[in-house]
Amino acid sequence: MVETVLELEDVTVRFRLKRGDLTAVNGVSFAIGRGETFGLVGESGSGKSVTARAIMRLIPEPPGEIASGRILFEGEDVLGKSDAEMRGLRGRRIAMVFQEPMSALNPVFTVHDQISDALRSNLGMSRPAARERVVELLSVVGIPSPHKRLDSYVHEFSGGMRQRVMLAMALSCSPSLLIADEPTTALDVTIQATILELITGMIERLGMSLLFITHNLGVVAHACDSIGVMYASHIVELGDKREIFANPQHPYTVGLLNSIPRLDARAKYLTPIDGTVCNMTAPPAGCKFHPRCAHAMAVCREQAPRLREVAPGHFAACHLHERD
Amino acid sequence: MTTEAASPLLDVKGLTKHFTMHGDIYSRLAGEKAQVLKAVDGIDFHLSKGETLGLVGESGCGKSTTARLVSRLVEPTAGRITLHDEDLLAFPAARMKAARKQIQLVFQDPYSSLNPRKTIMHILSRPMEIHGLADSWADKRRKVLDLLERVGLGVEHVDRYPHEFSGGQRQRIAIARALAVDPELVIGDEPVSALDVSIQAQMLNLFRDLQEEFGLTYLFIAHDLSVIRHISDRVAVMYVGKIVESGPASALFEDPLHPYTKALLAAVPEADPAKPPPRLTLRGEVSTPIDPPPGCRLCGRCPRETRVCAEVEPPLVEVGGGRSVACHNL
Repeated sequence: MVETVLELEDVTVRFRLKRGDLTAVNGVSFAIGRGETFGLVGESGSGKSVTARAIMRLIPEPPGEIASGRILFEGEDVLGKSDAEMRGLRGRRIAMVFQEPMSALNPVFTVHDQISDALRSNLGMSRPAARERVVELLSVVGIPSPHKRLDSYVHEFSGGMRQRVMLAMALSCSPSLLIADEPTTALDVTIQATILELITGMIERLGMSLLFITHNLGVVAHACDSIGVMYASHIVELGDKREIFANPQHPYTVGLLNSIPRLDARAKYLTPIDGTVCNMTAPPAGCKFHPRCAHAMAVCREQAPRLREVAPGHFAACHLHERD
Repeated sequence: MTTEAASPLLDVKGLTKHFTMHGDIYSRLAGEKAQVLKAVDGIDFHLSKGETLGLVGESGCGKSTTARLVSRLVEPTAGRITLHDEDLLAFPAARMKAARKQIQLVFQDPYSSLNPRKTIMHILSRPMEIHGLADSWADKRRKVLDLLERVGLGVEHVDRYPHEFSGGQRQRIAIARALAVDPELVIGDEPVSALDVSIQAQMLNLFRDLQEEFGLTYLFIAHDLSVIRHISDRVAVMYVGKIVESGPASALFEDPLHPYTKALLAAVPEADPAKPPPRLTLRGEVSTPIDPPPGCRLCGRCPRETRVCAEVEPPLVEVGGGRSVACHNL
């Protein structure tokens, strides 16, 4: 049995907004083992990024709050930590890369300044040692002639190279968990392929765990071991990647897979999911997917389904699987 | 459906757009030469009535500039655009206005392409007024309600403002606006790229339905290869201002001939863990369109490269089966 690095138990994140309360993450539970890659997949507004930010305790309070649940990182209770303890965790033991490297990196400092800053403050490295380590990190992430690019500014890099810089910074303190929030979404497909290869290679080599957040089912199919599918703040399906792609059990997952145009299939029409995502400040009662679901029954309108095991290690939150 | 003899709806020959980059005053005082960005550099394609041509490529390859050139939103540096055997680029203003009725655009971002201060009624009826397609208010109203129904929006939305709609609904409004003047050619510049997959699938089906219903011709631009494969009859692949390969969608996707097309397809992560993982079969990153060197644009990245590639630019040549490829080493 692999050691668990991160465990979320029934985590709920709420935002108190002028137009009403919004539950962005609702009773989310999952665990990531050491060296494992976990993909959190869902459409915009499903709560993927808020989940990631909750783990890092980056939810602005107010208006947000982690209303309930437990987050355990390497056995430690993240929610019980003081701000100072969190600063020791962020960047050092849990690192994060974002979708937009241009806005996540500082435009007025050179690449070297930004990465060595993390090394010196987190690891107490000396200036020359940090400089040497930055060169090493940049070459690890595949930036050509790193000693020349060291003193360049972020705008002097292409999109793919910026994402490499961000990865170098994330890896600088050898974290045990990397959270990647849509790291390839803004990139062209050929660049995406190289960045994905780089991330999965790193994870394997450094024995890190990865929480990969994306809306792209193609990306999770190749970058992750297990996946959680989110819809309207809930994890609706959870399990091994192969099992979920081969044998999806939640109508939303089935709908998503049917919505994607395929390179090899030549159907004239796609089978989309009807309707649109519910309004999150006034979600429907019962299962939040029922207004769009072709299998909706009376119970779906009244009772929210719980995540239950439909096959070994494969969970789905759907009343279709609750016939006992 | 399309016959070889029929003259195409749109025929483009040697279409070119070069942007001169003048630089700042210091570089000019220093006597530096202005650089030329070759956004679109001599491309040929044609569109027959009722078909969909998919234009695919990565950011900066000139797809969107091509859309703007064909609709004359920017004037080309060189080349010919023929619309129904007439020279589009020679049209005087009045004739061009009429041509704009024939060619309509749908953009990527429905948040910036709809005026936030106008109601849906105004947004959809204004094109009819401009082209004199409605006689009375009642007539306009009837046509607008009809359009809303055609694109799958409820008629109760007619007096609302764009901010009251979701991204997918706004894109439906943008499509309705394009259809308001009964066009022949609709150019979609990444019209489904900003949408979530479940909504994207709804929109792709809508494009299909409308094409059958109104006999529309599409120039469909996207960077997503699966979307292009799904919607297109024929496909043209662009790389740094050039079309490197074109042909029927099925043949091109099943048996890509150009090294760049092959690389694009190998890089797509397919939503099936059993498929091979995405990988890059080229070296380095996309070449620059600013003062590109002579020879093939893929030079320095291509696995098939030979000496001739750096010296002579490969022309787009027909290889049979309606396919064309621009490569010296097939």
